[in-house]
This record gives sequence, C-alpha cells and structure tokens, in this order.
Amino acid sequence: MTDPVLHLDDIVKTFPGVRALDGVSFSVMPGEVHALMGENGAGKSTLMKVLGGIYQPDGGSIHVGKERVTMAGPLEAKAKGIVFIHQELSLAEELSVAENIYLGELPRKSFGRVDWHRLAEQTNLILQKLNVGFDATTRVGDLSIANQQMVEIARALTVDAKAVIFDEPTASLTDAEKVVLFDVISDLQKEGVGIIYISHRMEEIFKITDRISILRDGQYQGTVNTAETHEEAVTQMMIGRKLDLSRNETHHELGDVALEVRGLSCGKLYEDISFEVRRGEVVGFYGLVGAGRTEIAETLFGLRDPSAGQILLDGEEVRITSPNDAIARGISLVPEDRKGQGLVLGMNCRDNMTLPQVQDLTSGPFVAEGAEVAIFDQYRDRLDIRTPGWKQLVGNLSGGNQQKIVIGKWLSMHPNVLIVDEPTRGIDVGSKSEIHKLLRELAAQGYAVMVISSEMPEVLHVADRIVAMYSGRIMRTFTSEEVTEDSLIQAISGLGGHEAA
Amino acid sequence: MKAGTLSKALKSGAIWGFIVLELIFFSIAGEYLSLSDKAFMDWENMLLLLKQSAPIGIIAMGMTIVMINGNIDLSVGATYAIAAIVLLESMTWPIFAGLGDMVIPVAWLLALLVGTFLGALNGLIVWKTGVDAFIVTLGSMLGFRGIVFMFNGENPTSHLNWTLVDFAEAEFLGLATASWFLLAVTLVIWFVMTKTVHGRNAYAIGDNRDAAVNAGIRVGPHIMINFAIIGFLAALSAVVFYSESGSVNPNDGQLYELWVITAVVLGGTKITGGAGSVIGTFGGVIAIQLLRKGLGHIGADTSTVNLVIGLILIVVLILDRQLNVKGKEELKV
Repeated sequence: MTDPVLHLDDIVKTFPGVRALDGVSFSVMPGEVHALMGENGAGKSTLMKVLGGIYQPDGGSIHVGKERVTMAGPLEAKAKGIVFIHQELSLAEELSVAENIYLGELPRKSFGRVDWHRLAEQTNLILQKLNVGFDATTRVGDLSIANQQMVEIARALTVDAKAVIFDEPTASLTDAEKVVLFDVISDLQKEGVGIIYISHRMEEIFKITDRISILRDGQYQGTVNTAETHEEAVTQMMIGRKLDLSRNETHHELGDVALEVRGLSCGKLYEDISFEVRRGEVVGFYGLVGAGRTEIAETLFGLRDPSAGQILLDGEEVRITSPNDAIARGISLVPEDRKGQGLVLGMNCRDNMTLPQVQDLTSGPFVAEGAEVAIFDQYRDRLDIRTPGWKQLVGNLSGGNQQKIVIGKWLSMHPNVLIVDEPTRGIDVGSKSEIHKLLRELAAQGYAVMVISSEMPEVLHVADRIVAMYSGRIMRTFTSEEVTEDSLIQAISGLGGHEAA
Repeated sequence: MKAGTLSKALKSGAIWGFIVLELIFFSIAGEYLSLSDKAFMDWENMLLLLKQSAPIGIIAMGMTIVMINGNIDLSVGATYAIAAIVLLESMTWPIFAGLGDMVIPVAWLLALLVGTFLGALNGLIVWKTGVDAFIVTLGSMLGFRGIVFMFNGENPTSHLNWTLVDFAEAEFLGLATASWFLLAVTLVIWFVMTKTVHGRNAYAIGDNRDAAVNAGIRVGPHIMINFAIIGFLAALSAVVFYSESGSVNPNDGQLYELWVITAVVLGGTKITGGAGSVIGTFGGVIAIQLLRKGLGHIGADTSTVNLVIGLILIVVLILDRQLNVKGKEELKV
C-alpha cells in the first residue's frame, strides 16, 4: 500500500466556547481526489485554515509524506507542497495575471527587483496548459469572474505540489470551464498529486472524486468510497436525517397576472425580455452567471433604468424609478449577496427585519419598539426562524436563518411580487430544502414569486415554470411538466434554437 | 480603439492635461491681471516653482506608498515639525560642539532617524492593534504636535549654520538643492513601486488584503516599513527646507498632511488603495504648486487659493467617478 501524501491525525481546534474541530482525521492518497463535505459551519474551512497554517491546532498532528510538520503560515504550507485554491475573492484586481499567480513569491533579481521577464515566461507556460484566452500581462479586474477563477486555479501549477485543495472552485464557472478545470484536476492526479475537493455540488462530487470524507459539527463522520455510495447516504451523514429532493409536483390555483414584462431591454445587459408571473406561481429564472437574470431583478426593483420595454403591475403600466418606489408598489427583492446587500450583520434580528419600514413604526418622535418586536415575533413564528431572541446579532445566525430574516423583512412589507435572487447560495443542504418549502408555501398563499437560481435542482424543485436565459435573452420557457435536464442545459448554453419563447 | 481605452488614457494623462490648462490660463490671465510685468511662464519662475514644491512633494511620495497600501498618514505635518526642531536644536548641543561643520551630517542623521522612528511607531501601532490608520495617525498628529509645543512653547526654534545655508541655497546644473532632492526621491520611490517586489506587494495589499495574507505576504511588517518610509521622507522634507530657513515655528507643517493628500489624490491614487502612481503624484504636486503660485500671480490672496483648490479637488473626484461609471445602465446606488 502506498503512503498518503497528506495525513491529518486527530486534529482538535477550539475557539472560546466552541469546539470547532473535534478529533478530525483523514488522509489523501497520491493521485486521489478526496471530497470534503459538510454543512456550513461543520468545520471544513477551519480544517483548511489549520492545514494552511493560518490557525494552529490545539491537538493532533499533520503529516506531509512521512514527515510530521507544523505549518507556520501559508508560505510554509506552499513550500511543503500544499497549495490552496480559494474562491475567486482572493485576487488583487488592479494587478496583472502574472503578479496574482505568483503573489507572495514574485521572482527576484538584485536589490529586490521583480524579474518581469522570468515572471511572464513562467506564467505564460502555465496559461498555455490551462488553455485560456488571456496572457500574463492582462489586468485581473478586466477578466470575467470565470476567468478570474482560472487565474486562481493557475496558482496550483506554480509549484511542485504534493496536495492541492480546491475550495468551491466551480461556484462561478460555466460548464465549458468546468471541463477545463476537471482536466486540470485529472492531469494533477496523473502526476500523483493528492486533491482535496470541497464543494456543495453533489453531481460534481460523484463525477470526479474517489472518496468522500464528511464532517458534521466539527466531528469526523467517516470516509466512504464514492463508487459505493449515493447522494442520499452522503446527505444523511452530513445532516443526520433524510432530505426531500423530489421534483415539484404539487400545483395550486393560479390567480391573476401580478407582474408582466414586455420587451424589456437594458443596454447590452439583456434585451427584449417578456414574461409574466401570476399570483400563486413560482417562476424560476435559470441560466449561467452573467446571463442577465440579476439585472432584470434589479430593473424591476428600480435599481437600473431600462432602455426599452414596459413593466405592468396588475395590468397597469408603471415606471419604477427607485427601490423606494418598487417597495411602495409591492415589489420586494431578496438580493443575491445576503451578507453584503440583504442584511446589516452588526444589527440585531428585529432591527434588520423592520429596517425598510422603521420610519412608519413610530410613536411620536421615537421608534415604537413594541411594534417592531411584534412584527419580528410574527415572522419568526411564520418562517420558523431559529434564534435565541430578537436581540441576537444577525451576523451570528446560520446562513439559512439569515436568509429567512431577509425574506421575513420583505414579507412584512406586504408585497405582491417577491423576487428572490439565489435564495440558497452558500446555505447548507438542510436549510436549503426548508427555504424551498417556504417559497412554495408563499406562492400557495398568493404571492407571485420570481426565483433566480444557478442551481438546476433548485429551479426544478421550486418552480412552476422555468425561464431559461442565455446571454441576456430568454431562450425558452418551460412548464414543470415538459422540462428535462437536457433541454434545460441546452437552452442555457445557447443551443437548441429559439423554440416557443 | 477598445472601449474604455479612451477614458483610461484620459484618466492617467488627466493631471498633465490639467497642468497644461493651468499654464495657459495663468499665462493669459497674467497678461491682464498681474501686477508685475514678468510673464508667468518664465523659466526662472518655473525653476522656483519646482523648488517650492519640494517640501510637499517629498512627503507626497511617501504618502503615495502608504495610500496605495490602503492606509493613510495624517501625522506627517507634525513629524515634519519635530524633525525640523531636532535638526536645528541638535546643532547647538554642547556634545557636538567639537565637531565644527561636521555637526551638519550628524544633525541631519538625527533628524532623519527621529522621523523614521516616529513613522515606524505609527506603523507598529497599526500593525499590532489593527486600529485603522486614520485613527492612529490622527492621534499621533495631535500627540506629535503636542511634543513640538512642549519643547519650546510658542517660541520659534532657530539656528543658522552658514555652511548649511550655503549648501541648501546651492544650485547644480541650474537646479536648487531642494529640487534635486525632490527629483531623487521621486525617482527612488518610482523605482520601488514599479520595479521591486516590495512595491508590487504594496499594490497587492491595498487591493485585496485577504489575498495578500493568503499568498503569505507578511502584511503587518510590510505596512510598518511603509510608515517608516513616510516618516523618513517627512523628516527629509524638513531637513531640506530648514537647512535653508534656519528657524522653525511650532505651527510649521500644519495642514501639510492635507496638502499632501490632495496632491496624491489629484495624481490619481485611489483613496481606498490598490491603485495609483508616483508619476501621477508628482503631477499632482506640481499642479497644486502651480495653482498656488498662479493665483498669487494674478493677485488672489491665500484664502482664495484655498477655496479654489478645495473646489478643484471636489470637481476632480466627481469627474473621476463619472469616468468610472460604466454607462447609463449602471446600478443606481
């Protein structure tokens, strides 16, 4: 039997009041793709920070090859052949591709000068391997998000790696780029590099990994061979119970058309968009990142001015000039970036929930605290938000509960149309299905719901109709009976032509 | 031409265009309004302008690094005053009495060391406490200024060393000593920021600090070094200026930090860090000095000058924002 390239033994890490990692052991064999799974907060990122030397473990040991090591920092980890591929946020946008790839270890000449010549040469070699359409001197800020992710991936190829850790590498990649990434991974595999692959996406895990290790609440749940298991079993290990992953079968009475859009365009962001949403209906918007879905939502919410087309609410044409206007007309937007756009993390649950209407909740010149608490209590019960009390800071809640606060905030404004952008991004599997159920229930109660999502299971699960978008245009609209995964993928990849729109 | 190339070219060249505009304006306006009959675009006048730019300019180079790094230093004016006092006062100390004119390099060295130390102290606090540089240096600005007043009360500190004055007033190849210092500092800092690993890391840290940490750059010490550099340059600026004038008021250097920051921002450095250039800062320094001198030339008083510069700074930032907007479809904030 070969020795593992990387072996973690009984790692313990405690923070004040929390045992973040409790006796975690696992090992990566050379040439193996080893998935690390767990819900958010299960300890994956803490484990990776321990491995990268950003945190020091309180117990246990790390072995690279046969040698026991202590990681003093990211550079030392890299020197030992452990390379991290972070999500795309780890780039400096104003710098060139080459500088980003070799960040922290630019080649030097005398007097600490950068050896630009060598830098460009080495970088272009790597970029050739990745088969990308930009070169070493391109400014990273000018690249698309997907290409930025490729820059991040290129970092794995700068050193003679023994183990490479991919942290949600496909979060922003298109299908074509995923293929390149998986090629890179299999090349690394052939060279005997061990791969740790962190992802929430089951289909990828089952496609490319050899073994799966699972964490739950900082505890190691076991390792299984991918070939001998299935999604349900893995999910059960992750959350400790079963999940309802069925397609959306139930339908309820549809009401009148609440929102209709005719020929809406906004420069080059999207063109000639027409659709309608009825009360009681969930319409899913599916497409790749950059297909223009979020921009439509932002236009409907008054954040962008359309360059052409009409928006009709309850059959009446309206011009929405600002979010204030949108809210007054009964449109609410649960934004894509929950922490950045949806919540004030440093404020408590109650204040976050009543934020859009706090100027109406007054008694005399003062804020009516009682009315605020009443609103919070109402939606806490209705949405089943789990928090110790309204005084809890939103930043301390789990992703699922945070998202419910945002949804509750908008429901309390009594909207007619609820737009939800990527409702379960970064939310763990368990809370995901709760949010899905919630969206279905809201529709049943008579809200018109627009769900924008990049995850196919999600749109299939929640939507009555699915609008497939590609590059700013609607390619096709499916009903939930006629949609198949293949036809959906074709539509959002720009294949399959303009059939009945 | 690719979209955005024009606005990019406009932005990087904007400061030089602005300078040309100023020159034209003051030359023409000077014809009608000036009290003297000398032309504004006089060679002597321009050389004098370069020399007068030196005190602000030398500090501005340090500020460029610190601001690209994502920090700011408000204490430079006070550091400047302290270094000036150290320079002039140390030349009168009895222990150096036997040195004769050799006291000059010693005094210079002492002043520079003190400046570097004060800068490094700022950096150390920013590094170790994680408190925002704005707050830390706001505190040290008040503190350092307090030290200046404690030293000699409201009285000026004076000492004239004629050898030193001769050196400071000397001209080499037609340029004054102070101008040479400004040019040398500009060149060195330009070299550091564009050619060295330290300089490139400064951009990376200002641009995305998390990325820099993840890449193993030792951000804390890096920041401290940059604060030491700006402290050194504030002291160098004082050394160059007070070698000539020989007398320092406790209020000297006040508002320097604002002039310096104005010059750096005019020169195109992003106030949030990650982008900027030393050459741009040089342009910003010249532009401000031109404006001060030009307005004086056409008979405006100091208060008018401040008003105009303030307005221009705001207009420039608004223009910058407009140039950065990606068109009509831009998200409204």
